[in-house]
Amino acid sequence: MTYLLPRLTTCVCILFVILIALLLYSVKTDALVQRDDARAKAAFLAIIPVLKHPRCLNCHANGDFPRQGDDNHIHAQNVRRGPFGHGVTAQKCSACHQEENVAGLNMPPGAPNWHLPPPNMPMIWEGKTPGQICQQMKDPKQNHGKSVEGIVEHVTSDKLVLWGWNPGEGRTLPPISHDEFAAKFQEWAKFGAACPD
Amino acid sequence: MITLNVNGKRLEVDVDPSTPLLWVLRDSLGLTGTKYGCGMAQCGACTVHLDGQAIRSCVKRASDAVGRQITTIEGLSTDLSHPLQRAWIEIDVPQCGYCQSGQIMSAAVLLAENPKPSDDDIDDAMSGNICRCGTYSRIREAIHRAAEMKTAGRRAE
Ligand code: FES
Ligand code: FES
Repeated sequence: MTYLLPRLTTCVCILFVILIALLLYSVKTDALVQRDDARAKAAFLAIIPVLKHPRCLNCHANGDFPRQGDDNHIHAQNVRRGPFGHGVTAQKCSACHQEENVAGLNMPPGAPNWHLPPPNMPMIWEGKTPGQICQQMKDPKQNHGKSVEGIVEHVTSDKLVLWGWNPGEGRTLPPISHDEFAAKFQEWAKFGAACPD
Repeated sequence: MITLNVNGKRLEVDVDPSTPLLWVLRDSLGLTGTKYGCGMAQCGACTVHLDGQAIRSCVKRASDAVGRQITTIEGLSTDLSHPLQRAWIEIDVPQCGYCQSGQIMSAAVLLAENPKPSDDDIDDAMSGNICRCGTYSRIREAIHRAAEMKTAGRRAE
């Protein structure tokens, strides 16, 4: 009887490994239910009004400078993007922007790591079609090496993204809630992350 | 009670930690060289250095400056020997003077990071410091002059 024991253990081990593999496979296939380009594109199109809203666009606009207000005017004080997206010399973003909004009307808004995209990956959305925005966002050379999952994670939990829905007194909010926005991104990823034409 | 490091000294101040740093500097510590202009990060009169970076002290909570080095205009040099102070005197930059400590503190960060700034570099660094007397052309001239003095000083060493 004892000579059978090692074999039995081996069998149990193999079975266990197969089970785990099956389990992992099912989780993975669940994440990507099945590719559905039409639904992925529709989900991305639903995100566009948020990306084009001033709370988001003001840091994703043309030119090496941020914008302000709902009219996207050029940031006062001649603020520049700078070599890393954090401003230049005596005018870095953190000279005025704190880790949270300063209370009161027309006070500087704030969130941790307040900055623009860096000049080598400026992530500009202004004047771009939904398809172009999507391609740019998915391109690891333009998005800091992010995978589709990385993008979803970023828009779901990054504090600067979340600031858009808590922008401080007197500032308008994007047209849909952050939960809906993040859910649309998840949907886009789930159906294969196809880009609108 | 919070402890701040101002111009190289450790100082205890009995204030609410959310008090703007500007009020602590002026009202609790008597360092009135730093000025109050707008209180909303729009004029630059309250500019000081925090760990060598220019910040608007009117919107910085005192508690956020704990454990960091604060430098005000009073601490830029002990004897007016900083090239910016010498250039400012030589060119006679100030009119009323109200904005000038903020101007000099911003210019000091510019020169520390860019020893030979162009006119554009000066615009990019200094546009957040407003001068209601309009001394901008003398400020520009004095920054160029201070940059020369700094380079000459380095050559003489
Ligand atoms: S008083 Fe701080 S920027 Fe005007
Ligand atoms: S010298 Fe008067 S405000 Fe600048």
